[in-house]
Amino acid sequence: MTRSTPAWAEGGDPRYLLGTDNQGRDVLSAILYGSRISLAVGFVSVVLAMAIGIVVGLVSGYFGGMVDAFFMRIADVMLSFPTILVALLISGIARGALPREMHDSAALIVLVFAITITTWVQYARTVRSSTMVERSREYVYAAQLVGRRPFAILFSHILPNVMGPVLVIATINLAMAILIEATLSFLGVGMPPTNPSLGTLIRVGNEYLFSGVWWVVIFPSLTLVALVLAVNLLGDWLRDALNPKLR
Amino acid sequence: MIAFILRRLIQSVLVMLAVALIAFSMFSFIGDPVNSMLPENASTEERQALREQLGLDQPVTVQFTRFVTGAVQGEFGISYRNKRPVSEMIAERLPATLELVLAAAVFALLLGVPMGIYAALHPRGILSNLLNVISLIGISVPTFVTGILLILVFSVWLNWLPSFGRGETVQIGWWSTGFLTVSGLKSLVLPAVMLGLFQVTLIMRLVRAEMMEVLRSDFVRFARARGLTNRAVNFGHALGNTLMPVITIVGLQLGSMIAFAIITETVFQWPGMGLLFIQAVSFADIPVMSAYLVLVALVFVAINMIVDLLYFAIDPRLSVQA
Repeated sequence: MTRSTPAWAEGGDPRYLLGTDNQGRDVLSAILYGSRISLAVGFVSVVLAMAIGIVVGLVSGYFGGMVDAFFMRIADVMLSFPTILVALLISGIARGALPREMHDSAALIVLVFAITITTWVQYARTVRSSTMVERSREYVYAAQLVGRRPFAILFSHILPNVMGPVLVIATINLAMAILIEATLSFLGVGMPPTNPSLGTLIRVGNEYLFSGVWWVVIFPSLTLVALVLAVNLLGDWLRDALNPKLR
Repeated sequence: MIAFILRRLIQSVLVMLAVALIAFSMFSFIGDPVNSMLPENASTEERQALREQLGLDQPVTVQFTRFVTGAVQGEFGISYRNKRPVSEMIAERLPATLELVLAAAVFALLLGVPMGIYAALHPRGILSNLLNVISLIGISVPTFVTGILLILVFSVWLNWLPSFGRGETVQIGWWSTGFLTVSGLKSLVLPAVMLGLFQVTLIMRLVRAEMMEVLRSDFVRFARARGLTNRAVNFGHALGNTLMPVITIVGLQLGSMIAFAIITETVFQWPGMGLLFIQAVSFADIPVMSAYLVLVALVFVAINMIVDLLYFAIDPRLSVQA
């Protein structure tokens, strides 16, 4: 038995600040490594979703017609279900498409994929509506007259003018991506215990809960809450900073 | 009126067909299910027999038609994992989830509505500010963390309430209920609180905003001018007009509560549909996943339609547009 309580509690070892689990693994270092994975999944999926959303939004907003109708119907369906359900379904399908022995090694990719596919819609919606406004501005007409190609107009003229709200959504979505990752891992369809994220740590720690070993589950949970709260506050701050009316 | 109902019905059927198409196309994303269902050394005849039994030897269009006809009759095929009919497995689990969602909704209303009314009547009170801060924190805490904290405090430390399962259930026909036994009711408390807590903050904010709006309106001022007591104005006049949109939102939330029950059921090992679904996801058991998807979509579509029709029945102005 190598389990120890947090350093300040009775039976604690000062070398393990937040205690260790039943196999003597340090909770604090597990949290540090786990947060790294949670943040990585969050950042990568936000960047990917933003890229997909921006391209789809620009194209549907600028060209309209069939392309627009196609993407927006998909968006309607996806937005009418709770995010977590969509993410679960997509990760379920992705796992089904992979052979069983790859589930653990590809977990990171599956998670990023599921979160990206679930969240690109919001960027696409926002970019689309601002693009539809920008489309009829003079500078766009001028660029068309000069003979710039549509994609050059989209990315070098319209894009910079629609980025403001996208950045705000991105920070809000970073908190949401971290939460979705944690929830999927907690439900057992995310990161495997061999390479745990915060959600996996909470899932594994939850099994110790009944023997009164609370620190293995509570500290990762508090870390997750602090992380989400911090990112949300960052989003609020960014929203105010980018809002010209408040300056 | 009849034309409106018909159009609304046709819309709903189209949405359900689209969902059915998504649910059906999930099957094509995974490899041959026969390989995962049979042992490695199964003979070609055995594979062929199972393929025919599952209907996988038919063309895609025939398979889709069969999927839809089956789904309409509540048949979703056989689970890849435990080789039982999916409809049977869902029917077993359905009562548990519905009772959980019902209890959570009642809890959320009983707590959220009074809190919202209080916050609207005393917008500058210390207690109102406190409620606001608590609800802000409540939104930032992931629901499963709330559940774990509830278990830690009430099951592990205080040992008041059970932390997993439904307790004893009573069978009424095919419906198994936990409402009639003491252990069933005790088991229901923590999961219902966890599932309802998020809705409490939502309902509280909604009631507060609506009620403050109504309290500013002319008919309330007129009621005050007539010299009615505060009590009669607040509860007789204002509250009734506040609750209409609240009931709508709560109705619409029921669908997402069924989806969020997945997390609650995992935390508390509650034997409902969500737990079945999450097991299906981790085993890539597509028939169960698609059945769950169709069922949840049906609940969403049905609730939306009922809300639309109710609005139509209540608000005569809508019939002019339609």
